[in-house]
Amino acid sequence: MSVAAAATEQTWVYALRLGDDALVLAQRLGEWSASAPELEEDMALSNIALDLLGQARTLLTRAGELEGAGRDEDALAYLRNEREFLNVLLVEQDNGDFAQTIVRQLLFSAYQHELYGALRASTDPVLAGVAGKAVKEVAYHRDHALTWTLRLGDGTDESRARMQRALERLWPYAGELFEADALTDRLAADGVAVDPAALRPAWEAFVLDALARATLTLPQDDWHPTGGRAGRHEEALGLLLAELQHVHRSHPGATW
Amino acid sequence: MSAPRAEWPLWEVFVRSRRGLSHQHVGSLHAPDAELAVRNARDVYTRRQEGVSIWVVPAAQIGASSPDEKDAFFDPAVDKAYRHPTFYAVPEGVEHL
Repeated sequence: MSVAAAATEQTWVYALRLGDDALVLAQRLGEWSASAPELEEDMALSNIALDLLGQARTLLTRAGELEGAGRDEDALAYLRNEREFLNVLLVEQDNGDFAQTIVRQLLFSAYQHELYGALRASTDPVLAGVAGKAVKEVAYHRDHALTWTLRLGDGTDESRARMQRALERLWPYAGELFEADALTDRLAADGVAVDPAALRPAWEAFVLDALARATLTLPQDDWHPTGGRAGRHEEALGLLLAELQHVHRSHPGATW
Repeated sequence: MSAPRAEWPLWEVFVRSRRGLSHQHVGSLHAPDAELAVRNARDVYTRRQEGVSIWVVPAAQIGASSPDEKDAFFDPAVDKAYRHPTFYAVPEGVEHL
């Protein structure tokens, strides 16, 4: 295999990783549709989900093009099994209560904001293009999460307790966002990808400031679940994919 | 059902459209305060690029005429056509009038 072909092969996997993050989180947030605490919040979460779905569509389409095996966005979204999904574990975590959804949004959108900000300089034109558009969307997602984090964290005893519980539950999953591996090392050196570890300082500055202002206590940093980028997921993803994929798989090729 | 939840107050939303000069009333929504009302308005009323500026006003702060007073308020104007500026001759050559 030539050097160029190897680079393309790795770029498609990288696009798939980012696309899967967006797709899985979009699906999760979509679960709030018609059941959020308030109608207005229902709209906000659905809008965020649709932004993420748009990012996922472009990224998966790009992944399919680079793979060169004729798979389009639908084939990648609907016809892969759990072990073939490369999203981080954080985005597949259950919505839980509203506090848990907000903490997941805070941790992830702050990461995505740094990621897309840096990815605008990618040498891959599609990745750079997606990043340029998505960074504005994600700035709003992050702002939405921050607003609620401050209100709920520094809110009533009940809201604070729920936020703290959600933070304890999700904080360990943040580590995986910044894990570099051979693929990101290589693509970052080529200017295609962003080194995940390099995003951590800015992410930490934002998140730790938000948590401090929300009067939340940083959990112990002792357990780091990982494996999503290699296709090793928790039970939750299988259930999510069953719901996402079953219509397409039950009625192959159906349109409306 | 447990005890009824306290409802968020109602806000009236005004949006200035891309080509409009003034904010226009587009609807109402619930929010705990002005900051969140603006955000909610963004999500509920400007999803299709309807606007470039949003105002929110607590519905309780709006003084309004009563529907019961409609006759006394508005009917007397019906037969006073001379209040319309239609009795002036427009001078020749005046544009943009």
